Amino acid sequence: MERRVVFAGWLCPAVLLLPQMAVTLVFFFWPAGQAVVQSFRRGDAFGLATRFAGIENFTQLFADPNYLASFGVTALFSLSVAVLALAPGLLLAVMADRVVRGAALYKTVLLIPYAIAPAIAGVLWMFLFNPAIGVLAAGLNRAGLDWNYLLDGPQAMLLVILAAAWKQISYNFLFFLAGLQAIPPSLIEASAIDGASPRRRFWTIVFPLLAPTSFFLLVVNIVYAFFDTFGVIHNVTQGGPGQATEILVYKVWYDGVVGLDLGGSAAQSVVLMAIVVALTGIQFRFIERRVHYA
Amino acid sequence: MSDGGMVTARRSALVPHAVLIAGLALVLFPVYVAFVAASDTLPDILAAPMSLVPGRHFFANTLEALAAGTVKTSGQPVWSMLLNSTAMALAIAVGKIAISLPSAYAVVFFRFPLRKLCFWAIFVTLMLPVEVRIMPTYKIAADLKLINSYAGLALPLIASATATLLFRQFFLTIPDELVEAAKIDGAGPWRFLVDTVIPLSKTNIAALFVILFIYGWNQYLWPLLVTDSPGMTTIVIGMRQMIGNGDAQTEWHLIMATALLAILPPTLVVVLMQRWFVKGLVESEK
Repeated sequence: MERRVVFAGWLCPAVLLLPQMAVTLVFFFWPAGQAVVQSFRRGDAFGLATRFAGIENFTQLFADPNYLASFGVTALFSLSVAVLALAPGLLLAVMADRVVRGAALYKTVLLIPYAIAPAIAGVLWMFLFNPAIGVLAAGLNRAGLDWNYLLDGPQAMLLVILAAAWKQISYNFLFFLAGLQAIPPSLIEASAIDGASPRRRFWTIVFPLLAPTSFFLLVVNIVYAFFDTFGVIHNVTQGGPGQATEILVYKVWYDGVVGLDLGGSAAQSVVLMAIVVALTGIQFRFIERRVHYA
Repeated sequence: MSDGGMVTARRSALVPHAVLIAGLALVLFPVYVAFVAASDTLPDILAAPMSLVPGRHFFANTLEALAAGTVKTSGQPVWSMLLNSTAMALAIAVGKIAISLPSAYAVVFFRFPLRKLCFWAIFVTLMLPVEVRIMPTYKIAADLKLINSYAGLALPLIASATATLLFRQFFLTIPDELVEAAKIDGAGPWRFLVDTVIPLSKTNIAALFVILFIYGWNQYLWPLLVTDSPGMTTIVIGMRQMIGNGDAQTEWHLIMATALLAILPPTLVVVLMQRWFVKGLVESEK
């Protein structure tokens, strides 16, 4: 889409564009380019010089069982987070769309997790499930379950999934509610007159009309689980026990900052970039003009 | 309608309320338990399982955290962390709006060489969140002497197109007649920007401000890298330092008081500016 009536000149727009272009070049294109360049280079043993290494970093990466395991962990984590954040979001939105009394209060409270940092959400859930003092951990132990997420990989995974998904419910709720409110009431009324039950109305009319919203949210939730959950992992499990919760973005940070393997970390960055580009591409392919909020 | 109809109508409202109340419980329970812990003494919490009835030390704990922090943060007070988080969130929100509004204006209201290229250069930043380019971004921040500075905290996070896209979308809906009228009045592009476009954009600016403030306040990975002096710690990072490795010395009562302090400002912003925030969020994603 373009405007018909515009102003003349190029100096004025150049001045207006300058700040954003400068910030984008310095803090986006330069580092992204550096990541790509670094991913093809290796440092010597003393970290004094680097040499061109071709695709060595990448072949090493994909030969590393830890890295491949991290892929599996990330896939399980992000799909679980997406499903566990989408389903309650949809359910609550459908219900909120049906009530009149108290609707504003429900909406306001359900928005709260959106305001909470993933890292803080992690701390809140970690406190509930702390094996020694957690309120919910005590319940689980009393029920005969041997709960200790610090030692048990699957339990640790469950905990970070819960914390990450809890934070995202608000967001999904909001979008589903907006989607529901955009459905013309006449459609629902027509089907009600035809004698369709509320359940049938939901699955035959409402749910198909929500499909674009759902798909958009699925991609957003997966991107969220990939990148914005670093704080959850770093606070709750540090990727452990073992590598049970070491998602890709945590590994990039760990190998780069703690392990000081710059080439390997850069290669991981490039792989992650490819994944985001693919996810964003899928999003554009299927629903034009709906983009990830970064 | 018959009585039977009324009964079904009433019963059908019962299920939504029950589900929504369960939803509220799910949302509020972790926050409530944090509040209870923040009102207890440490021995109260360690006498597991802790009681779910609030204790009497909420204000004492909150004040202690605010004034003196915890042992593990070497007494770095939470008030200074709150200040740092506020500065970072404001710098990101104001900075991003300040660079995005003019650039969207330039792209929409002018025709100039390389316009498409500029637009795509900004647009493509949407694809790569800062998390995937952390190491090289850190190096640039270090080269520019931005480590442990507010500029270092904010600038790399400002390099993103979301705000530009939202403004662009809105600017495209401004009627041509307004531009023509301004031209007839002899107003140039600057006058039109200041007198017409910015006032028209107020709602969008408010909406973006809320979204970006929350985004900035809740940052984790970048502040973790770019600050290491205690005086520059944000509250979200400070929480991490307070927990340490979660051993017996963990001062949970102060940590949970700090958690509530970390949650309060963004929650207030979301709740008080709910109308703009919801509109802005749903629209910025389209």
